[in-house]
Amino acid sequence: MLSDYHQTLLLLTGINVLLGWGAYLPLATGQLSLGNAGFMAVGAYAASLLTVQRGWSLTPALLAGALLAGALGVLLGFPALRLRGIYLAIATLGFGEIVRTFFLNFERTGGPMGMRGMSGTTLGMVWLWVLGCGLLLFALAHARLGLSLDAVQEDEVAAELIGLNVTALKVGAFGVGAALAGLGGGLFAHHILFIEPGTFNFLESITMVLFVLLGGMRTFWGTMVGAAVFTILPDLLRFLQDWRGAFFGALLVALLIVRPFGLLPRETLRIPPRRLAGGGG
Amino acid sequence: MLRLHGVSKSFGGVQALADLTLTAEAGRITGLIGPNGAGKTTVFNLITGVFPPSSGGIFFEGQAVVGRRPHQIVRLGIARTFQTPRLFRGMTVWEHVLVAQNHRAGWGPGLLRCGGRGRALVEEARQVLDLVGLWEARERPAAALAYGDQRRLEIARALAAGPRLVLLDEPAAGMNPAESEALLHILEKVRAAGITLLLIEHDMSVVMNLCDRVAVLNFGEKIAEGTPAEVQADPLVLEAYLGTD
Repeated sequence: MLSDYHQTLLLLTGINVLLGWGAYLPLATGQLSLGNAGFMAVGAYAASLLTVQRGWSLTPALLAGALLAGALGVLLGFPALRLRGIYLAIATLGFGEIVRTFFLNFERTGGPMGMRGMSGTTLGMVWLWVLGCGLLLFALAHARLGLSLDAVQEDEVAAELIGLNVTALKVGAFGVGAALAGLGGGLFAHHILFIEPGTFNFLESITMVLFVLLGGMRTFWGTMVGAAVFTILPDLLRFLQDWRGAFFGALLVALLIVRPFGLLPRETLRIPPRRLAGGGG
Repeated sequence: MLRLHGVSKSFGGVQALADLTLTAEAGRITGLIGPNGAGKTTVFNLITGVFPPSSGGIFFEGQAVVGRRPHQIVRLGIARTFQTPRLFRGMTVWEHVLVAQNHRAGWGPGLLRCGGRGRALVEEARQVLDLVGLWEARERPAAALAYGDQRRLEIARALAAGPRLVLLDEPAAGMNPAESEALLHILEKVRAAGITLLLIEHDMSVVMNLCDRVAVLNFGEKIAEGTPAEVQADPLVLEAYLGTD
């Protein structure tokens, strides 16, 4: 049997996979969001409010938190359409800080004192969510919709001019990504038992993007691997003691030099030709 | 089928098009020629909704085009190619054709490629690649294609969108004689399939061999229109291309 410690590590891996997917979906349409910690906070606080103060059971509270974060994501997705690259990154970073400041001042959830009383996240539950969301992403990757996202990422103008509703695709990807971050936040809050606004700082947002970069931008599998490596590797490096952080950082730099497209770039997992050709060939 | 009526476009103080009236007849191939900077690509951008005209109306099969967003215009039945290929470089040839069909796949099983409209569309995608001669190259990423193949993939992608009118922006540019010969055959077949074409072209052999009617633009104004032979003999056209003495 796994020790408690290793169970926790696996549980956090699962949550990080969900958070990584939350950053992956906007990136899949060419949008870099550095504000996903904000969506994570919204999901975490909303779910916690519902379970602690309203007596909801965990699953519907998680769903409500994810939906609220997703709705906010759609709202933010529209102005995000007007921004590109670094400008979008800064704007979303600002959004994350707004959310953090909001909860710092919001008395219902304890303000700077944070919030406690949540519980109930189990290892199995987290990985059931990962499995469910993973199946949806698998279907997406093999469906026409996945191709639409790829096309938008490659060339928005050309995508629009072959009949794709680029606005809907980008806002949709942004919103679903936000919902996944919210779901991860809800699960995280009910695992860690105590949350405060500082938990959801912008470093958390950057970490989520790193899961994607580390694993490979072009596949949801890559993000999964990236999140797992990112969660488990620092633990394996424990023997380095004080040098752990420095070594891990150096490892990241080395990896991005050796594999600039991540651990699992798209080519590694290309769909076999026969399947793609619809059985013909 | 397509009618531009009194269309003008200016960018800042620059008049790119002045009071242009132009039609593309159903089932015909209409050529749009003129010196560089005459406003030909601007016409395409106006028709496909990349930007709106400053004044004038554009109608496709009686429906107003102006005011619709580009993807909605594609759904009306107008597709286009670009002067320099704008392919999705990391995607395969096959994926280009499939993704261009997406707005016709509907929701449900069609989205998963396997059922409903999806199955018929996959068959159609195969035919489109056969038509342009890229079926054998279907698994190759666009970035790995030779230039002539990239141009043909642009045509395939436009056809896959299910248009009744295709706008081709210099389809023969950068092609060698053998490639433009093959292109002629492809475009003949497209016309035979009942698809109307409007094309910008500098290659006169393509224009003369293919077009039913030709309109000539110079400095944003239409200076001549007629059959290829008529246009070729028009003194205004000769002047525009060769200058006055």
